[in-house]
Amino acid sequence: MRDRFLSRLLQVVPTLLLVSLMVFGLQRLLPGDPAVVLAGDQPDPAVIADIRHRLLLDQPVVFQYLHWLGGLLRGDLGFSWRIGEPVSALIAQKLPVTLQLATMGFAVGIGIGVPAGVVSAMKRDTVWDWAANVIGLAGISVPNFWIGILLILLVCVDLGWLPPSGYVPLTQDWRLSLATTVLPAFVLGTNIAATIMRHTRSAMLTALDQDYVRTARAKGLGERTVVLRHALRNALIPVVTLGALEFGTLLSGAVLIEQVFSIPGFGKLVVDSVFNRDYAVVQGVVMVTAVLFIGANLVADALYLVINPRLRDA
Amino acid sequence: MSTEPLHVALPRGPSAAAPPEEVETVAVPRPERATTRRPALAAFLRRPAAVTGLAVVALFAAVALAAPWLAPYDPDATSWTAIRKAPNLAHWMGTDENGRDVLSRVIYGARASMLAAALSAAIAAAAGVPLGMLAGLAGGWVDAVIGRVVDAMLAVPFLILAIALAAFLGPSLTDAMVAIGVSAAPAFVRVARGAAMDVATNGYIEAAVSLGNPPWRIALRHVLPNIAPPLLVQATLAMGIAIVAEASLSFLGLGQQPPEASWGSMLNAAQRFMTLAPWLAVFPGLAVFLAVTAFNLLGDGLRDAFDPRAR
Repeated sequence: MRDRFLSRLLQVVPTLLLVSLMVFGLQRLLPGDPAVVLAGDQPDPAVIADIRHRLLLDQPVVFQYLHWLGGLLRGDLGFSWRIGEPVSALIAQKLPVTLQLATMGFAVGIGIGVPAGVVSAMKRDTVWDWAANVIGLAGISVPNFWIGILLILLVCVDLGWLPPSGYVPLTQDWRLSLATTVLPAFVLGTNIAATIMRHTRSAMLTALDQDYVRTARAKGLGERTVVLRHALRNALIPVVTLGALEFGTLLSGAVLIEQVFSIPGFGKLVVDSVFNRDYAVVQGVVMVTAVLFIGANLVADALYLVINPRLRDA
Repeated sequence: MSTEPLHVALPRGPSAAAPPEEVETVAVPRPERATTRRPALAAFLRRPAAVTGLAVVALFAAVALAAPWLAPYDPDATSWTAIRKAPNLAHWMGTDENGRDVLSRVIYGARASMLAAALSAAIAAAAGVPLGMLAGLAGGWVDAVIGRVVDAMLAVPFLILAIALAAFLGPSLTDAMVAIGVSAAPAFVRVARGAAMDVATNGYIEAAVSLGNPPWRIALRHVLPNIAPPLLVQATLAMGIAIVAEASLSFLGLGQQPPEASWGSMLNAAQRFMTLAPWLAVFPGLAVFLAVTAFNLLGDGLRDAFDPRAR
């Protein structure tokens, strides 16, 4: 098991190198000279020359990449000329906000998706199954930022139950923090709940058809025990991997949801940076997102090995 | 296609080396070229949800094409006397903050969405399918290199990659479509690679190789037609994803630019007038939802129809 995980860990190295190459290469997509683009409203040749020198644009591309990569390995993601702070410091400020949202969203997704998938499989070909499938399809098809706008209208404006926007850190006032994040987290969670529901249903249908479930029933075990202790335990194994993949959906979704709810997180940082032409921040955010996503996949691999006895002994 | 029986020459005696005059012909049914396609079509037509999806996709495509004739007003024409009017008989979906007719803008918005869906999926397929086939058929280090590149692209969540690409390319519908297409390409690589590897194990590929066909000919003439079904399913699902992605990028201001109509940019503007004009947020979002649902129904239906086990 350990060898299998170590080999998986080693495979991550070339992937991360390629991601870094891709992120570095983004700058090459800028139309024209990046120094001129970054100079923006100050096309003074002296300013352009200064930018070119500071960003090492006057050096060969390979040197620029290796210098940038060296910085990455030291945790230096560059400098935001617009905000006047290191990119890593900016990300460190904003990341906890998005991680709080993503974690809450994940809990909502699992909390809705798994029970709905189990019920749908148990009540196969009934109105419950049909309703779960329709809601699942709708959940996959609906743009989450639209649902966010509609829920603000209903829950915050019409009913006045929650604040429509803003964010309070958990450390400052946990109740107010939950009040400002519960609705965006719900919207994020419903987005992945549909996918989790579909996979849980499919895995449960497979599990319920297995010999060990038939044996459990033949032994006279109650249906509740058969479903929860035998079928669901096995059905959840592929759902764990899916959960990690959905982490990427949560991060993508957070970009839009943070805009809708005016939450100063990771997503809002990247969008603001796009409009401020703060390209170092955009590159830093993409790199950190990739590292987080790869990390989530590795955690899923490890969990998969731990919870699946067949792989544990392999 | 002809349904005339084939006349196959059969040797009369036990020896295949019998002279030609001793050969008689017997009629055998002509093999149906479409044996795999017709049951798929029948299976597709038996699924009401899939047919509904196709009908709604066709409707949106028709609306996009016929927008100038269908829209009751000029989508960009402002009117100071009709600012933020609720839905009424003259303006079925109301008017926006500049007095523009929302229905006309939703109709024109279908153009941006359907164009983004078609072109993004085409870009993704054009980039992903050849690479996927190359990886699947060549194997070895070629497969390993392409696999690593795809892994690297998939390591960045789809929308974040599209935002980053759109940020560097510049905010416009064209660049948004390129960004979405490039971000969606890895999925096509994976599907094409898997399907090509599967097809490559078939006897007819071995026969084509032993007949001396060059690799490009085998790939184009023998592999590509046989991996078309999963690619068609992927393209349909990718179009649904592209519609949401285009709406998302336009919502963030990175796609279609004002005053051109787009469902995403309409939702962006609607945010500022949520309490005063809630209808502005309802109709463009509903259009995105319906279009994406239709593509998903169509994709699911095609996948089930092409899968013999699901039939």
